[in-house]
Amino acid sequence: MRTLMLGAMLAIGLAAHAQDALPPPMDPAPADPALRPVLDDFGGREGLGALMDDFMVILLEDPRTQPFFEYSDQAAVKEHLADQFCVILGGDCRYEGRDMRAAHKGMELRQLEFNALVEDLQIAMERRGIPFRAQNRLLAKLAPMQRDMIEK
Amino acid sequence: MHPTALRAAYDRQASSAPARMSRPGFLRPLFACAALALLPFGAHAQIEGRSTSDKLLLTAGVSQVEGAAGGGLVPWGVIGGYGTRDQFGGSAFATRVELDDYALDSRGVLFGIFDRVEVSIAQQRFDTRAVGAALGLGRGFTLDQDIYGAKLRVFGDAVYDQDRWWPQISIGVQHKRHGDGAVVRSLGADDRGTDVYVAATKLYLAQSMLVNVTLRSTDANQLGLLGFGGDDGGRSLQLEGSVAWLLSRRFAVGAEYRGKPDNLSAVDEQHAWDVFAAWTLSKHLALTLAYVDLGTIAIADDQRGWYGSVQVGF
Repeated sequence: MRTLMLGAMLAIGLAAHAQDALPPPMDPAPADPALRPVLDDFGGREGLGALMDDFMVILLEDPRTQPFFEYSDQAAVKEHLADQFCVILGGDCRYEGRDMRAAHKGMELRQLEFNALVEDLQIAMERRGIPFRAQNRLLAKLAPMQRDMIEK
Repeated sequence: MHPTALRAAYDRQASSAPARMSRPGFLRPLFACAALALLPFGAHAQIEGRSTSDKLLLTAGVSQVEGAAGGGLVPWGVIGGYGTRDQFGGSAFATRVELDDYALDSRGVLFGIFDRVEVSIAQQRFDTRAVGAALGLGRGFTLDQDIYGAKLRVFGDAVYDQDRWWPQISIGVQHKRHGDGAVVRSLGADDRGTDVYVAATKLYLAQSMLVNVTLRSTDANQLGLLGFGGDDGGRSLQLEGSVAWLLSRRFAVGAEYRGKPDNLSAVDEQHAWDVFAAWTLSKHLALTLAYVDLGTIAIADDQRGWYGSVQVGF
């Protein structure tokens, strides 16, 4: 029993340490053709563009996220985001932005700020009447990118 | 054990044992203060459910009856409160369970620190109502216990590891102290005990679903309300689980199962389950309603009924 517990603790310790080692940055726009129906729920590339307009308004109103967007090239950010989401949802788009780690390097983002962004995205999607299940299928693809964006 | 024999055993214990263990007098005022202190945090930044503590809604669970963050019956691997890894969070809860023959009141507070450590205190009062009279203890005799809990997240992230198979894993303890040593000793049980558990939780966003499995080492009878250990068993491993479906950002439904030991030959104990619905009315106010089945408790079978819980938190 004791050996088993020690073995388990060692395994957990090694796994936890492995999480800290910096792997290569994630693909920022991994395409999943199975999500095509979800893209339809979002109204295609056009719907995503309109969603990003609403999203940016909310980001600029939210004191937690405003500092990161107020001096950015907002039009370019919106275009990149719409393309990124389009590719992820299996659409016929091209994402031409940087990977998430490069795009956020030096911003010293904390988890609470990432969460604020997700919450603002949820509110934007809610306002546009995108079905909750479809929202979550997109968020499932975005959530792991947090790792590349948060300053360790 | 025949009610008369139980009464006689209780009297023997009561006369020979020291005076009823005094329970910390600070707990009730502490809860009141904690609940009041948390309200201003609730009033702050109420715009469409955003606030200064920034976990996503419902990802901290609610408070289970022993005070830990989780479902209604089962502690989960998530750390309570809405504080993220750079923040603090906390919550206070009050729960009432109305069964066919009994009632259970539970209230407590918890604090989450850096999304890594959770500490909690809870008080349970179990009203035996008419069964108390049948057992010779007196109608409406209440069995009380205090529960001191701690939890440590050791691995994984239930929300953000969407591209990984592994869950968030936490280890926890719940140290329980019964308020009426004479009664539990007359049953052949101890008046204090400690549960140790491992909980694994994962949010499957693509399915809008949360799953939790908890393995608990315990010798508590009826969560500890009938003492710890007995003539028919001691410590054992019990399996618990929860499943929740997120139906919207503020509403989830689910079901839970909780295996329980059966350590006392005099009385039967069975496994418990419930089905629940949870609403976050704001980031700071959550309401949970459940239908529970706790099986046989002491001499009364088929204890089913309603569970209602209010949680204030940040």
